[in-house]
Amino acid sequence: MANTDFSRTMGSGHHQHGFDRSRAWFERMHIDLILFLLILLLAGCGLLILYSGSGQDMTMVKRQALHFLIGFIVLIVVAQFPPRFYQTVAPWAFAIGVIALIGVLVMGVGAKGAQRWLELPGLPRFQPSELVKLALPLTVAWYMSTRPVPPRFFDLIKAMIIIGLPTILILKQPDLGTSILISASGILVLFFAGMSWALILSMIGIVAACAPLMWFFVMREYQKQRVLTFLNPESDPLGSGWNIIQSKTAIGSGGIDGKGFLQGTQSQLEFLPESHTDFIIAVLAEELGLIGVLALLILYFLIIMRCLYLSSRCETLFGRLLSGSLAVTFFIYVFVNIGMVSGILPVVGVPLPLVSYGGTSVVSLLTAFGLIMSMYTHRQN
Amino acid sequence: MWEHSFRDKSAERRLFRSRALTLAIFIFLMLCILAWRMAYLQINLYEKYKDLSENNRIQLRPIAPNRGLIYDRNGILLAENIPSYSLTLVPERVRDMEQTIAFLDQLIGISERDREQFEKRQGFRRRPFEPVVLRHQLSEDDIAKVMVNRFYLPGVDVEAQLVRHYPQGETFAHVLGYVGRINQQEQATLDTDPETKRRYSATQFIGKLGVERRYEQDLHGEVGYQKVETNARGRVIQIIERQDPVPGQDISLHLDSRLQKLAEKEMKGMRGALVAIEVATGGIISLYSNPSFDPNLFVTGISHKDYSSLRDNPDLPLFDRAIRGQYPPASTLKPFVGLAALNSGITSWNESIDDPGWYQLENDERLYRDWKRSGHGKVNLQRAIVESCDTYFYDVAVRAGIDNISPFLAQFGFGRNMTLDISNALPGLLPDRDWKRAKRKSFWYAGDTVNLGIGQGFMLVTPMQLATATAVLANRGQWQVPRLILAHNDIADEIPHGDIADIQLKNPQDWEQMYHAMEQVISGSRGTARRLLSKLRYPIAGKTGTAQVVGIKQDEEYDSESLRERWRDHALFIAFAPVEKPEIAIAVVIENGESAGRTAGPIAQSIINEYLGGAEG
Repeated sequence: MANTDFSRTMGSGHHQHGFDRSRAWFERMHIDLILFLLILLLAGCGLLILYSGSGQDMTMVKRQALHFLIGFIVLIVVAQFPPRFYQTVAPWAFAIGVIALIGVLVMGVGAKGAQRWLELPGLPRFQPSELVKLALPLTVAWYMSTRPVPPRFFDLIKAMIIIGLPTILILKQPDLGTSILISASGILVLFFAGMSWALILSMIGIVAACAPLMWFFVMREYQKQRVLTFLNPESDPLGSGWNIIQSKTAIGSGGIDGKGFLQGTQSQLEFLPESHTDFIIAVLAEELGLIGVLALLILYFLIIMRCLYLSSRCETLFGRLLSGSLAVTFFIYVFVNIGMVSGILPVVGVPLPLVSYGGTSVVSLLTAFGLIMSMYTHRQN
Repeated sequence: MWEHSFRDKSAERRLFRSRALTLAIFIFLMLCILAWRMAYLQINLYEKYKDLSENNRIQLRPIAPNRGLIYDRNGILLAENIPSYSLTLVPERVRDMEQTIAFLDQLIGISERDREQFEKRQGFRRRPFEPVVLRHQLSEDDIAKVMVNRFYLPGVDVEAQLVRHYPQGETFAHVLGYVGRINQQEQATLDTDPETKRRYSATQFIGKLGVERRYEQDLHGEVGYQKVETNARGRVIQIIERQDPVPGQDISLHLDSRLQKLAEKEMKGMRGALVAIEVATGGIISLYSNPSFDPNLFVTGISHKDYSSLRDNPDLPLFDRAIRGQYPPASTLKPFVGLAALNSGITSWNESIDDPGWYQLENDERLYRDWKRSGHGKVNLQRAIVESCDTYFYDVAVRAGIDNISPFLAQFGFGRNMTLDISNALPGLLPDRDWKRAKRKSFWYAGDTVNLGIGQGFMLVTPMQLATATAVLANRGQWQVPRLILAHNDIADEIPHGDIADIQLKNPQDWEQMYHAMEQVISGSRGTARRLLSKLRYPIAGKTGTAQVVGIKQDEEYDSESLRERWRDHALFIAFAPVEKPEIAIAVVIENGESAGRTAGPIAQSIINEYLGGAEG
């Protein structure tokens, strides 16, 4: 286990700092200390922002802290299993996820005009799409790692079918945001596997051409409304435009250095809707200003870069493909959420990773980080 | 896994690294876009969003001033403000309006009418997030029920406000008028002037009629402001700055509650009006029209049912007969015509005429009958007043001529609204040649003068005008412009006189002579109001009048039995007392009252007794 890591050899060659020693120890425990600390730092910031965004609701902060605790335990556990294990379970997890998605469409529980939850006797209520979020990149990475690289056209077609099946099922719920994110995680695997640029560009072309068709045949009324509101929020300032006007007001009024922690009038006086979930970045922007936002963006950037670095250092192709895809998917969450709250993307229900309140999201994100660590730290001799 | 053996591991790695690097650059650029976007909002648009967030949070809320109170001359409260609780909704905050109203209906009952009114109010004059009233006058019980369920009722609140209340109810309805919610038209008028728009920015009620309308300016007060910080639900978090409103001025009126109540009691079941004036000041001490209505119904918005029952009532309770009822003065005009004749010099107290029961103009066959078919025999002015001889007045009116009589009567305020502060009083009608030419496109005939001599024909007066003329008569021609206002925070002393000259008679002795004649109307053995003698406590000078409602042909008998009640004559009575030093002048009109001596007279007398008797009465 000690013979491959280039950076470690570099480090050990000169001085054995305390930090390097603990890093090595953590690596033996299948944890990348740098990534772990960065995530821990983000979680801490997230809890602080949540304290303000929830209207100083300590109960909510404690519950979120519990989510983190569970999430970190899951992360550590997940990191202990070798990539081979995940390669084996990937298709099964995928099959269960797809069956569960079909189950949702047949007997799901609705909320706000969409069916996303599945309730089975003896099991806690859960969202199969959360399972598929991980199962899909796992499966595609597994499939592509068994194929020659760069992938052949027919392998790509088969992979597209694997991606398309859950995407369409989630689209039917309907949940446009999640289906786009899930299909993106699959396509990213293909991208990392070396899909040719010609194909990538023609796919982008097809998606662009499909957008008008989506508008007329796929999108529901409320989704169209969101897009229209995005294009002109002032058209319905008290209805669906309210959220985005209030969030832009919160962000803009924060200025460079913000109004001060817990001093944001938009968030503390409840003008800002969903201030503890999807719109929580506006709380940060209002209270800590541009400085706070840039600090958070840098933190996200470091996490993503660390993940990409780790993925490039994975021993197996499966590990590289999976880690790369998960890292970039994480970025997409960040971008879509902040883009939406700041008004450059339409409103889709995507939480800000590890900052927005929500147990499912925290646990599944930390599971993904656990997978990345597993892919990096397990070495075959 | 046969592929493994053919793989070029380092090529795979290189491919992956180049892809990862591409994405890393892409991610960096995309994060830069987010950072640029945030910087654009937080630096370039900072001022704009700072203002927006301040406007969100800080609101300048006007505070309505408390309306001034209204008292009678003895300090008895006529109009006050009482707290009333209303259920309000902020439509922007209510998630499901239908469901919310249905739930509230279940809780405390929301009538169809409340709902209608609510829809209407929602339609106009509303700032965003301004609460709209759904139901007024919540009971303690209702408030408790709403409060307990408040969690399920976002946007619903209970608001306390002061609402006008008239403790005397119907007794003062016509004279005080009432306040009501500012309607769209009134709002438009208020909005044309920025100053009034500002003053009324928090006001919900405005004087609609009567004193409430006339003294709106004084009663209203000055609007206050508070700068508040609110949360998104409009709840006030803190008051940043406050300027208290200045309450409206309290006003006192000449009206006397005792007399007003007595008038109401005496006129029960009749249609008519009563006006009493304090001779020395012109103060209106009683102004009552019967039947009346409850002004409190109108304050928060009268229900359709209540309103149509008032409107469709054949007795017209909403009609203010005292200032808007125009009647022929009939024989109550005779003292004034008599003075006109004396002053024009065509007759004297000593001159008598012979009354055969009718009068005939030269070159005209038409007979103008006296009410007494057999005639009064030899009558002079004194007897003509006491017995109300028509023939005498036919004769002097024709001899004095319309050109003398009409201007003389005008000096008593006939034909115009002489009140100081009753702006919607009607002017009546004082006919003359010009009027007839303009309005009737016809010459003035001698026969018109004959009719005018006994107060019939074209002439119309309101009870207010009759009382005014009687007060001027009682005051020897000295004008005290009739007024309701007694005192006022600011203008207690400077009450204008009005643009009318006092009346100078050529022979001032005629006043006393006329008083004497009018006293005999009651105390004389042949006086038309001699019935009043039995209850006489103070010397009263008076004059009866009987106004025809339907024209009676020359030779037709007047048979009251056969006439339907509504066709009976109106009974009129004017009086002042005490005769030597008049203090009160009064006019009473009872529609279809038939006999002034039996109906209008006793009412006037009991008011006079109450007023002069005071406590002992």
